[in-house]
Amino acid sequence: MDQAIIISFVLSVMTASTPLLLAATGELVTEKSGVLNLGVEGMMLVGAIVGFATTVHTGSALLGVLAALLAGAAMALIFAILTLTFLANQVATGLALTIFGTGLSALVGASYVGTAVEGLPKVLFGHDALVYLSLIAVFAVAWFLRRSHRGLVLRAVGDSHDAAHAIGYPVVLIRYLATLFGGAMCGLAGAYMSLAYATSWAENMTAGRGWIALALVVFATWRPIWLLVGAYLFGGIMYGSLAIQAAGAISLFGYPLVVPSQLVSALPYVATIAVLVAISRDRAKIRMNAPACLGRSFHAAG
Amino acid sequence: MKRRTFNKLLGAGLLAGSAPMIIGRAAAADPLGVGFIYVGPVEDFGWTHAHDVGRKALETEFGDQVKTSFVESVKEGPDSERVIAELASKGNKLVFTTSFGYMNPTIKVAERFPDVKFEHCTGYKRAENVSTYNIRFYEGRYVQGVIAGHLSKSGIVGYIGSVPIPEVVMGMNAFIIGMRTVNPKARMKIVWVNAWYDPGKEGDSAKALIDQGADIIAQHTDSGAPLQVAQQRGVLGFGQASDMSALAPKAQLTSSVDFWNPYYIQRVKDVIAGTWQSQDVWGGFKSGMLVMAPYANMPDDVAKAGKAAEAGITDGKIAVFKGPIKDQSGAEKVPAGTELDDKAIATMNWLADGVDGQIPS
Repeated sequence: MDQAIIISFVLSVMTASTPLLLAATGELVTEKSGVLNLGVEGMMLVGAIVGFATTVHTGSALLGVLAALLAGAAMALIFAILTLTFLANQVATGLALTIFGTGLSALVGASYVGTAVEGLPKVLFGHDALVYLSLIAVFAVAWFLRRSHRGLVLRAVGDSHDAAHAIGYPVVLIRYLATLFGGAMCGLAGAYMSLAYATSWAENMTAGRGWIALALVVFATWRPIWLLVGAYLFGGIMYGSLAIQAAGAISLFGYPLVVPSQLVSALPYVATIAVLVAISRDRAKIRMNAPACLGRSFHAAG
Repeated sequence: MKRRTFNKLLGAGLLAGSAPMIIGRAAAADPLGVGFIYVGPVEDFGWTHAHDVGRKALETEFGDQVKTSFVESVKEGPDSERVIAELASKGNKLVFTTSFGYMNPTIKVAERFPDVKFEHCTGYKRAENVSTYNIRFYEGRYVQGVIAGHLSKSGIVGYIGSVPIPEVVMGMNAFIIGMRTVNPKARMKIVWVNAWYDPGKEGDSAKALIDQGADIIAQHTDSGAPLQVAQQRGVLGFGQASDMSALAPKAQLTSSVDFWNPYYIQRVKDVIAGTWQSQDVWGGFKSGMLVMAPYANMPDDVAKAGKAAEAGITDGKIAVFKGPIKDQSGAEKVPAGTELDDKAIATMNWLADGVDGQIPS
C-alpha cells in the first residue's frame, strides 16, 4: 500500500464511522439519564431529510445542519412528552418513533429523490467540520459525565431517580434535556449521512446505522471512550472489508484465501461486539456504568 | 400532492367525457382492472419507479378501458400473499407482481383465482394463469463494457455487486467481455456489498475501488451514491435501472434503463383481446424493454462504438456470451463457435477471465 491509499483509507474510515459516533454519543447521554430511546434510526432519518431539504432550498449546508439538529430534537421531544410526561412505555414508544420517522422522512423526501447537493465544505485534512465535531463531542461528553457536577447529577438521575428526586433534583426536566440532546445528535448524524456521506437523499438511507449506534452504547458499557473505539472499529472493519475485496484475491501464506462475502459483511458486527465485550467484561464495572434506572418510568410519589 | 390529485381527477374527467368516441367494443364492459404490487416505494428512483412508469403508461394508452391500482413497499414473504390476494379479489383481472420474492405467493394466490391472470417479474415458476417476464439487463452491461474499454486509461473497472446471484454474475461477465472486445488486457475489480441498497456502503465501495486504480465505476446496486463518489473523485461511471444523470451530471456515461411499458401494454392488449397465454418473456434491446440513457461525458467516436454495440445486439449480430470465453482459472467455458443458451445464462455461477475476486460461496 502506498501512502496515498493509506491516507484515503483513513479518510474513508473516519467518514464511515462519524454517523455512528454522533448518534451513539447522543444516545449515551440519553441513556445515562435513565431514558432508553430506541428511536435513533427514526430521528436520524428525519434529521437526514430535513437537513437535506433545507440545504436544497437555502443553498446553505450550515443551515441544513442546524435544521437537522432541531428536527432530531423535535422528534426526541415527542418521545419525551410521551414517556416522561405521560409515562408511556419507553421501549414501545421508541420503536414507534423509529417507524414514524422512517415513514415521515419517506413522505417528505419523495420529491427530493434524485436531487444532488453540494454537501458540507471540507475544512481540514479533507474532512468537514462534523467529523471533528463528533470527536470533540465524545470527549466533551466523557468530561461532562465524569468530571462535572451536572454530569454527576445526570448520572444520579439515571442510577436512582427516587434518590435524586428526594435530594431535590428535577428528574423529569433533566431527562427531558438529556433526551433532547440525544435527539439533536441523532439529527446531526442524519445530516451527516445526507450532506457528507452520500450528498443525496434516498428513502431509509441510514440502512440500520441507528440500531448499530444503539448496540454500540450497550457494548461500550456506557463509557464514551469505548464508544469511540467501537465506532471506529466498526467503521474501520466495514470499510476495510470492502477495500480488501477491491484489492482482489487475498492470499495467506501463499494460498488463496476465499472468504464468503456474507461473512465479510458480518465481520464488523462480530468483531466489534467481540472486542467490546472483551475489554469490558468486568462485571463490577458494567454494573457501575450501566444506568440502573434505564428504561424505567419515573413519577414523583405523593 | 394536491396538484397531482387534481390532475388525476381532471384527467379522469376528460377521459370519461371522450370515452364513447375512442372506445369501441370494450366500452360496453367494465374497465379492465390491472393491479400492481411493488417491493419498494414508487419514488425509489430505480426498480419500483420504473414499474410505476409502466403502470402509468397503461392509463395513457388505454384510457378508461383500464383501471390500474398499486400497493407499494410490500415486503417479500407472507405479507405479500395477502396483498396479492386482495388485489385479485378486488376485481383486478391482471395482476403484476414485481419482485423475485413474490414468486411463491403469486403461484399460491393464482391457484385460488383461476380466472385472474398473473404476471411475475424475474421468477421462474409458471402456471396456466401465471406468466413470467424479465429484462436482459446483461445486454446493457455489455454495451457499458464496450464504452469502458474505450475510456478507461488504467484498464481497470470497479464493479459494485449486490448479492451473489446469477443475475448479478452474468452482468459482471457481460461487462468484462464487452470491455475486452476493445481492450483485451482490461481487468475488473469487484466488491460485494451484500445488499441491494445501502448508499453509505455503496459509496464506500466506490472509494475502495477507485483507490485500487479503477477509473470507471459500474454498479448493480440501487442508489446513486457510487456515481456521486465517482464524480467527486473525478472518474466516470454508469447508472443503474434509471437515468441518474441528475445526481452526477459530470460522471454518468449512460445507464441501462428498465422500460416495462411495451410489455405491459402488450399484455393488457392480450387480456382485452382474450389471447392472453402463460409465457416466459426475457426481453432485451430488441423488445424495447431495455434502453440506454442518453450518452454523456464521452467523445463522439466512443458514443458511436456504444451505439454500434447496441445495434449489433438488437439485430442479433452480436451475441454477448459467444465463445471462446474462458473463466478465471483459464478453463474454457464457452467453446469457439458456440453461444450459451438462455438456461446456461440464467444459472451462471462462474466469473470470466479478467475479473479479480470471487463469487462468495
